[in-house]
Amino acid sequence: MDFNLTEERAMLQDMLQRVLAETYDHEARRKLLAEGKPYDAEVMAKLAELGVLGALFPEEVGGFGGAGFDLSVVFEELGRAGTIEPILGNAVLAGGLVAALGSEDQKAMLNEVIAGQAILAFAHSEPTARYDLNQISTKAVAEGDKIVLTGTKAHVLNGAEANMLVVSAREAGEDHDQDGISLFVVPADAEGVMITGRLNIDGTAAAMIQLEGVVLDTSARLGEPGKAYDAIETAVARAILAVCAEALGAMEAAKDLTINYLKERKQFGVAIGKFQALQHRMADLLIEVEQARSAVVNLAGNINAPRDQRERYVSAAKNLVGRAGALVAEETIQMHGGIGMTDEYALSHFARRLVMIDHLFGDVDHHLERFIALNAA
Amino acid sequence: MDLSFTPEQEAFRAEVRAFMAANLPKRISEKVRLGKRLSKQDSEDWNAILNDRGWLAANWPKEYGGAEWDAVQRMIFEEEACRANAPRLVPFGLTMLAPVLFAFGTEEQRQRFLPKVLNNEHWWCQGYSEPGAGSDLAAVKTRAVLEGDHYVVNGQKTWTTLGQHANWIFCLVRTNPEAKKQEGISFLLIDMKSPGVTVRPIVLIDGEAEVNEVFFDNVRVPVENLVGEQDKGWTYAKYLLTHERTNIAGVGFSQAALATLKTVAATTMAGGRPLAENPHFAARMAQVEIDLMAMQTTNLRVVSAAAKGQAPGAESSMLKVKGTLLRQELTSLLRRAAGPDAMPFLPEYLEGGDNQLPNGPEHAPSAAPTYFNMRKLSIFGGSNEIQRTIISKSILEL
Repeated sequence: MDFNLTEERAMLQDMLQRVLAETYDHEARRKLLAEGKPYDAEVMAKLAELGVLGALFPEEVGGFGGAGFDLSVVFEELGRAGTIEPILGNAVLAGGLVAALGSEDQKAMLNEVIAGQAILAFAHSEPTARYDLNQISTKAVAEGDKIVLTGTKAHVLNGAEANMLVVSAREAGEDHDQDGISLFVVPADAEGVMITGRLNIDGTAAAMIQLEGVVLDTSARLGEPGKAYDAIETAVARAILAVCAEALGAMEAAKDLTINYLKERKQFGVAIGKFQALQHRMADLLIEVEQARSAVVNLAGNINAPRDQRERYVSAAKNLVGRAGALVAEETIQMHGGIGMTDEYALSHFARRLVMIDHLFGDVDHHLERFIALNAA
Repeated sequence: MDLSFTPEQEAFRAEVRAFMAANLPKRISEKVRLGKRLSKQDSEDWNAILNDRGWLAANWPKEYGGAEWDAVQRMIFEEEACRANAPRLVPFGLTMLAPVLFAFGTEEQRQRFLPKVLNNEHWWCQGYSEPGAGSDLAAVKTRAVLEGDHYVVNGQKTWTTLGQHANWIFCLVRTNPEAKKQEGISFLLIDMKSPGVTVRPIVLIDGEAEVNEVFFDNVRVPVENLVGEQDKGWTYAKYLLTHERTNIAGVGFSQAALATLKTVAATTMAGGRPLAENPHFAARMAQVEIDLMAMQTTNLRVVSAAAKGQAPGAESSMLKVKGTLLRQELTSLLRRAAGPDAMPFLPEYLEGGDNQLPNGPEHAPSAAPTYFNMRKLSIFGGSNEIQRTIISKSILEL
């Protein structure tokens, strides 16, 4: 048992933390978003240069990491800085699926992803699917030696910024069947692909993607026909680890802002941190942040475990982090008072992101119900 | 990062598990499993069994008859003991007095007292709290006046856990009333058979007299029973309260309670289906389990830091607050699981004298008493509010 990071990961974490603290800031992010830009290309290039993307992939596809604790270290620091650059959908979801299922030809695209020169997106969720991974009604129909995709994808992370899409579609079975789902690699500019981008309330970007008779060669298929579900669930498990770690970083940042504020802000002639009502709430918050850290450690340590064991930790972590994240967001705003609600102050960004992470890949209730079902199985 | 135990630690766990299976008397483990009350004899029998194996004093040096386990081994032992429904070891001599004697006592005191902790000759209790003092431990009023080679002690202690079984008590007494509150306190060991000592039980909310008032009326205590220096007792008391509180989260207890709860929820029918399938009950149960999975790792993080010599300070306060809330929630769920069968008050059954239940399942009679008894967890050992203040002062530096 050892709760220390390896030397390499500790160095990566220190370096990321230092560089992001020096170079990334709330005001720049605000300005960017005010201009309607989904991310900063210079920041993205810098993150690639720092090894953020390489750390998310194993050596055999050109990275230098890819393990659970690589993901947790990187995303904790991204969360602490509050970056909005396209890493999650790009590298963890779409990139992770290409790494897991891709042919040698397909895997070659990961070199550009790792270098920050190409962006992938995972077009999976559909308009009424909510958090169900198996509700796929987009159809993939064979026509001669071609495959034709028709359907609508929603909430595709950085869908409008991507060069290449990894699209799920049904080749067999009914709407909620796990069997019959395939994955295809589709250029974003392919004929019949219509992408409508938007910003989310937390500054991240997503898109609605309509596929209207998109014609593909069979070589566009990623992995076996109809057998993609397990890989999708695995990629989402890794994405949940990533957002839980990101939330942990955001909680730490919100906590630090609040501790400083409690020391500086004076009311009735004293620093408000002298008031026991606030001290005790801060102590409870700190306990929950430590619990969230343990949940992230548990999930990172079990991300390669057999499926049922892994998924139990997935749902446990997402539920606990969802609760802790909402608590931290709400309590740190409350302890700040009005200033905590202003867009101008960085806390608002962390609070928005913390709360919106609960809306990614299943919220507190979804994962509590799922944890119960997994326990009963 | 490595969440797995070493092969040596796994082997140790297997050894402890096998020992429990072979040596823990069913008579005792059944009482623990059903939440029945343990007699003094039960505790002494179990102490003797562990002491024969050299496992009674987990954290003592071997030369004093201890097991000299590290923090991880102690945690494994505690988990396995809870899992096997072994009785909780009464901590006052083993893990409270002994560390103080090791750190501040004389060799003569260690030789005089420690063997008798191991062989059941001395049952220690703790004389800290006083009427009106609450969590403010330094508000000690019990007076000890030096007269020749004896201290003469007058005053009263309260909330003295299992004092009815004890023959020795370690006490905080005021030896210098002129000094500031934390100064002028001394740490005194008192033979409870001395003339002038009176013990009066306090019946608690669960119907059991687990705690006592202890009165001192001109009790004469030889000076050799003073630990360390006169007027320095507060330092020793604080040491005792912060020393190696790695089990403060009670993770082992919670794991055992969760296992019981799951069995109960799976076998109790409610509305034509097992209670475990009631979505509201299942949700509360799952929430505790998720929190406990994280708590186990939070605890291990602190334990492994402690094993490397990074002494837990305010971290143990965090473990105490969250750990006790989880234990309390589990007793609350067990009480609710018992339904109307939680209502009958069956002291004879709880005392183990009568195993005939008038009605209801076997786990039900202790459900409400245990729930009420466990309210103490967030009050004693520094209330959870005190712990939150410690956290905010030391970690948040507010």
